[in-house]
Amino acid sequence: MEFKDIFFYLIALYILGTALMAVNTRKIFRASIWLLFSLIGVAALYFWLNLEFLAAVQVAVYVGGIVVLIIFSIFLTQKSGNQMAKTETTQTVFSALASLLGLAFLSLVLFQHSFGSDQNQELNASIENIGAQMLNPGEGGFLLPFEAVSMLLLAALVGSIVIAMKVKNKENA
Amino acid sequence: MTPVGLPHILFLSSCLFFIGMYGFFTRRNLITILMSLELMLNSVNINFVAFNKYLYPQNLSGIFFTIFIITIAAAEAAVAIAIIINLFRSSNSIDVIDAKEMKH
Repeated sequence: MEFKDIFFYLIALYILGTALMAVNTRKIFRASIWLLFSLIGVAALYFWLNLEFLAAVQVAVYVGGIVVLIIFSIFLTQKSGNQMAKTETTQTVFSALASLLGLAFLSLVLFQHSFGSDQNQELNASIENIGAQMLNPGEGGFLLPFEAVSMLLLAALVGSIVIAMKVKNKENA
Repeated sequence: MTPVGLPHILFLSSCLFFIGMYGFFTRRNLITILMSLELMLNSVNINFVAFNKYLYPQNLSGIFFTIFIITIAAAEAAVAIAIIINLFRSSNSIDVIDAKEMKH
């Protein structure tokens, strides 16, 4: 077992442990902090795969954006020290059963299938390469999805403002 | 023990997916449901990256899919939280049991 492999197992344990805590703890603020740790673990996995740009995006968008948004919404809507209501036991048991059966089936399929591997070529995921390909309108370029996503972000921005806006009273209008 | 390769990473991502699914089924608070959803999206991202890295290293499609999924997840979280705050304002609770305004 190589040094790199030990690191992979450590990262995997970290991700799964913190994710389990995030779905099991009954204090909502703690759940969000466990989620933050789990997302940092995923960023560490991207570093382990030598994908530095993706790890940076993961930290910036997920850890710096989405988790902060979730924490703000917790502060706006919840008493964060309170324990959440306990789930019914039958629901917990059947959910765990469904998840475990799904996992068992998926891993059965996964370990029976043999993946051909293409190890003689190295993935070139430098920022230059990613940027050039993202703005390339020709063959193999991703300019159209890039523009579509920018329209989607604009729509989400306007939509979330409209949804969260306070409705004015008729008399004041 | 075999060296870490594609199956190990895929097993990790499927574990993460089913942990998220378990949270999605058991939680009743809308914000925690959203957190479980983020876990599931992350496991999908790991899948895309692993397939790209180990099976198709000549192109970058998996990485681009991951970047777009992260963007869409951010937009989705923003809209979902706007809806949650609006729901809290109208019914003073974000429990899924209490959200029955649109029930016929």
